[in-house]
Order: sequence, then structure tokens, then C-alpha cells
Amino acid sequence: MFRNNYDGDTVTFSPTGRLFQVEYALEAIKQGSVTVGVRSKKFAVLVALKRNADELSSYQKKIIKCDEHLGLSLAGLAPDGRVLSNFLRQQCNYSSLVYNRKLSLEKAGNLLSDKAQKNTQSYGGRPYGVGLLLAGYDNSGPHLLEFQPSGNTLELYGSAIGARSQGAKTYLERTLQDYLELDDADDLIRVAVEALRQCLKDEVLSTKNLSIAVVGQDKPFTILDDEAVSPYL
Amino acid sequence: MNHDPLQWGRPSDEHYGTYNKSIASASPYPSMHTQQPIVTGTSVISMKYKDGVIIAADRLGSYGSLLRFSDVERLFPVGRNTVVGISGDISDMQHLENLLDEMQTENNYDNEYAEDEEALKPSYVFEYLANVMYNRRSKMNPLWNALIVAGLEDGKPFLKYVNLLGVTYSAPSLATGFGAHLALPLLRKIVDSESDVKKTSAEDAEKSIKEAMKVLFYRDARSSRNYSIAIVDSKKGLVLNKDAVVEDMVWGFAKDIKGYGTQNV
Amino acid sequence: MATTVASEYSNEVKNTPIEHQFNPYSDNGGTILGIAGEDFAVLAGDTRHTTDYSINSRYEPKVFDCGDNILISANGFAADGNALVKRFQNSLKWYHFDHNDKKLSMRSAARNIQHLLYGKRFFPYYVHTIIAGLDEEGKGAVYSFDPVGSYEREQCRAGGAAASLIMPFLDNQVNFKNQYEPDSHGTKRKHVKFLTVEEVVQLVRDAFSSATERHIHVGDGVEILIVTKEGVRKEFFELKRD
Repeated sequence: MFRNNYDGDTVTFSPTGRLFQVEYALEAIKQGSVTVGVRSKKFAVLVALKRNADELSSYQKKIIKCDEHLGLSLAGLAPDGRVLSNFLRQQCNYSSLVYNRKLSLEKAGNLLSDKAQKNTQSYGGRPYGVGLLLAGYDNSGPHLLEFQPSGNTLELYGSAIGARSQGAKTYLERTLQDYLELDDADDLIRVAVEALRQCLKDEVLSTKNLSIAVVGQDKPFTILDDEAVSPYL
Repeated sequence: MNHDPLQWGRPSDEHYGTYNKSIASASPYPSMHTQQPIVTGTSVISMKYKDGVIIAADRLGSYGSLLRFSDVERLFPVGRNTVVGISGDISDMQHLENLLDEMQTENNYDNEYAEDEEALKPSYVFEYLANVMYNRRSKMNPLWNALIVAGLEDGKPFLKYVNLLGVTYSAPSLATGFGAHLALPLLRKIVDSESDVKKTSAEDAEKSIKEAMKVLFYRDARSSRNYSIAIVDSKKGLVLNKDAVVEDMVWGFAKDIKGYGTQNV
Repeated sequence: MATTVASEYSNEVKNTPIEHQFNPYSDNGGTILGIAGEDFAVLAGDTRHTTDYSINSRYEPKVFDCGDNILISANGFAADGNALVKRFQNSLKWYHFDHNDKKLSMRSAARNIQHLLYGKRFFPYYVHTIIAGLDEEGKGAVYSFDPVGSYEREQCRAGGAAASLIMPFLDNQVNFKNQYEPDSHGTKRKHVKFLTVEEVVQLVRDAFSSATERHIHVGDGVEILIVTKEGVRKEFFELKRD
């Protein structure tokens, strides 16, 4: 039977130049429930599908606020997401205390990248098992970033990570020109929710399983849950 | 007790023999904190006007009453719209200069918008310096300075003060040291409250600052005729003039003063 | 051991090194005042900032709205005051993160500030701290602290440079101390009642203009922050600048 000899740790390359542990971490994201992010010239929006383990349990929180101007949604291992969001909260806090400055999205992305990359090059550790979408509004406007456990952080106009996220990506690619110029935050949220719908199989979006966040000019990072999402269903 | 600072806190050699510095891996030097300024720079003065700020400081580095260094720059541009003016200990000032250089290097690293939206603003520079000053005082090891951060932020004049204690404040006109007593009353004739700022032109502001520098040169014994003056203007940007000179002084009365100095009559 | 003889005194002075020590504190003047009403509270402070006999600034606000309907001011050594306020605001921010945006109550805010102050018991924040807001029943609340964290809830409290000038005035005008019913010949105390916002604002203005007359470190302007269930409102009045 085939046995992979090069996936025992993160520090050993396979003969074909691959780091299997890092690739497996990327797989963990695909196991997580889907989250979609979009940005226009004025706003950035995150939407996510929340899951509950069984009928008696609560829904897993998918969107976390890090500062007044910055927040993230996650797909994959939620505990890892908690650690990384806490790290970003601290970095935002440090920046505002010491420099009276909002942490820029570019800097936030770089800090996450550096932190994740360390795990891919040190023995005994494991890569983070979570993918993040960062949405924020800084001095240079709204931004949407996608973070991966490999240490990659990319800026995008629209992105989706998690189970069956390809559907949302295809939808966003097709409608990019329409939502990029949207002036109204509510309209942009509707685009994101519609994109999220492309990823559903058996589920139906409801006030229970939909989570929304929006940030932009004169609009601090705001999370909408439960009844607050009903206008967008 | 042996009062040589290098021997503080050690048993006396007289009674116990030569002290073995390797004991407890002791540092060959005692830990020393700044107790007083050594080479010093005198006042920094500054004021807001409708389109920006002006700040000035002379170029003298005094060693007590000795004119030790006659060409020390005490105004430091940080980025494109901030100037930091520093008075007090010159070596501490140079340490602060290093910190400001580091801050700029850091900001330019991996920053796509370093030249525009994410360029350093005066309030960033000020908050950082205020933290440095307060943290050092809280370690009982202060940087012996008083600083003024002047600049333009989002099109509006910015002016704020911080000193060795970490005490901060802001006003339409600010001065450190002797300047707070001699120059500020003159500057406040022009801008006493924030509402006066809008009524003040660059020309009027520059005139008052130059006049105040003259008064300081007349009356402050540890001042020099040469000074630097920087203007951060919403249209002209940051202009630093390093060779300003106090002009139009009246010394005619001096020849009539009798009773001291070398006189033939 | 050589004894000091009068004639040797100057020699003694020369040979004994004078030890200078860096003094990490200064006094930046100013005064603050908090009054709790029935369903509101105010916290006011003058805007003058001084060191020794110099006026550093005529407008340097020292009363802050922290959110959650909590006002704070730490008067005394301004650098410590700002550091304390900054730390409290930060503590509040993390309280929101950690408790799902739950509103911080006044009693919890007060206890938290006690810990911030007592944490530096052996290198204290040299400030008189007052917080004002509404309690869990919606009643006006004022808490005041000493520099190392002892605290108490009160109806009113003055702090800072002119505290000793204002406090007796407050005792008389807010708690009706030494006031008696007319014709009772000093046998029946005047019944205490809550003052209206308008009365309190007028009281604050009188307190500050009087303190300005008698104290050199008070003046320029007074900023009054008012908390009601509707939120925080700010009022500013000029004071004499001499």
C-alpha cells in the first residue's frame, strides 16, 4: 500500500518540492463551513454560513471583530482562528496605543503571514488549520484580504473559502463589475449573500445560520446576527 | 563611601581588598541613569497659522556656560509633513533622532502606501515620542529633553509638546524652556486661542517667530545668533531653513554702557 | 568623626556631595468636579494646564467620555492622569471583547480603577480620580479615588488644585449642610432633595468661576460632560484667563 514518507513534519520537503503538512492544512479549510468576502470602492463585507454540531447545540461563531476598523471571518479550525484573531486584536491595540494609528490591512496581512510562515519552518509545530478573510477600512480605503496557513496573504475584490466555496467565487468573478461600483452598503451585502447561496447544498439560509459583517467609510466594523440579518434573506 | 560613580555599591578596597568584578557576574560598571543634562540646547518655539505651523530653534550646544558646539541642528523633519524640535540634553536628543530614523525606516518597509495614505502623520510621531518619554521617566531613567512636534495632519495644523516627565499638552503657540517665559507672551499676542489661528497669515506668523528669536538672543545667555526655522505649509510643504540669522538688532546703546569690560575711557 | 564647627561649615558644604535625584512627578494644576443627580450625573473640569507659574495651555481637556455612559477624569500629574485614563479605556475595550460587548457597570468600572491604581501602590499615579455615570438602576453615580485606589461612591466630589475651595461649597449647596428651615432657629435641617440638571450646571459654573478668582492654577474654560440615559452631552463655558 502507498505510504507518504514526506508528510510527517512541516520542515521536510518531498522530492517533488512539496510540504505535505502545509497542503493538509489547506484541506482543513475546505472542511470548514463557507465564508464569502467582497469589497466595493467604499465598503468591505463578510458573510458566513454558521454550523451547529447537532440540533441541541449552538452555532459556531464565524466572524470576529478585531478593532473598530478591522475584523475577520474564518473557515477551518475555529480554535486556531480564535488564536489568530486574538493576535490581531493585540496588534491593532498596540498600534493605536503606541502610534495613535489604525493598523493598516497590509500590515495586518504581513503580521499574519510572518506568524504562519514560522510554523512551516520549525520542527515540532503544525501549520494553522484555518483560513481567514480580513475585511477592513484604513487610510487607503476598504480592503479584503485572504489568509492561508501556508503564510500566503492576498488582497482581492472578492473571495470565498470553505466547503463548496467555488460556487461563490464563480458568481463573484461574473458580477465583479456590477458590485465594485456599488454606493450602498446594503446592496453590497445582498451581493455577498447571493454569492454565499451558490455554496449551499442541503442548507437554507436563515436568521440562525447567517452571519454578516460590514465596514467602510464612517462605518465601524459591525457584525449582524440573528434577527438583524433578516432584511438580507 | 567612595563617591566615584564607578565604585558605587561596592565594599571598600581598603578593608576587603580589590573587589573581584566577576563575583555574581557583576557588570564592570554600576548601572547609571541620567541625573542631569550635560551638553544642552536651549528653547524651541513654535506656532500655528491658518495654513500650517512654524517652528524654530537656535544651533547652539552649550556645555554649562561654555559655548561648546556652535552648529547643532535641533529641528528634525520626519516624513513629509512633520518636524520635531528638541531642547535639552544633546546626546539624548541624538538618541531620539535615531528612534525617529528607525520609525521612518520601519514605515517605509513593506508599505505600499508609504508615500501617500500610509505616510507618517504628526500625531503618530507624537504619540510614539510621548510614550518613549513617559516610559523612560517611569523607569526613573529619563531622556532629559522637552520636545515640540509640529506639522500638518489632514490639512490642519498640529502642534504638541512633551517633556522628560511625559507631560503632554497642545496649544496654538508652544515654547520650551526659557522660550516659555520670554517668547510665548509675544507669540500669544498673535495666536492666544484656536480661533486666532484662522486669522493669522504665514507672513505674520513668521514675523512673530523671528521677533521672538531675536528677543531670546538678546535675553537668553545660552543662545546663539544662528538658528533653524521650519515651516510646514499646506501648499508649500515642508521647508527647513538651516541658516537663519537674528537680524535688525539694536546695539547702539552698548557704547554708552560704562563700568565693566574693556574700556579705554 | 569630625564635628562641625561654625567656621568649618563652608568647608563641610563643599566636601559633602549634594545628591540630586530625578523627580518623576510634577503638578499640572486644574480642578475637577463630579455631581450625581437623580437620573443624571455631571463631571466637569477646567481646561487650563500649568506647571509652576506658567500656563502651558488654555484648552487641554481632561474629562473623557469612555463609552458605556462612563465619564472619567484623573487630575494632578497630567502624564499619570493621561496614562490612567488610557489604561482604563483599554481595559474597557478588552472587557467588551471578552464579554460580548456587555456594558460595563459603574460599580465594576470603579473596582477596575481601584486595581489600576493599587497596582502602582509603590510608584503611584499622582492623581485624584473621579468617574461619573448612571448606576444599574439608572440613578446618577459618582465614584472618587485617592492616588492609590481607595474609593467611595458619593453624591458629589471636587478634586485637584481647588478641591478644598469647592468641596465646602458643594456640601452646602448639594447636600444642604448647615442649612436649616427658616423659623426653626437652627433645630430643623433643610430637607435634601435632588437638583435638576439646570441647577447643577449653574452650580458647577459658579464653583469654577469662584475657584478661578481664588486659585491661580484654575481658569481659561470649564468643560462640563453630562450623562443621561440618552447619552453624553458636552457644554463649554469660558473662564477668566488671567
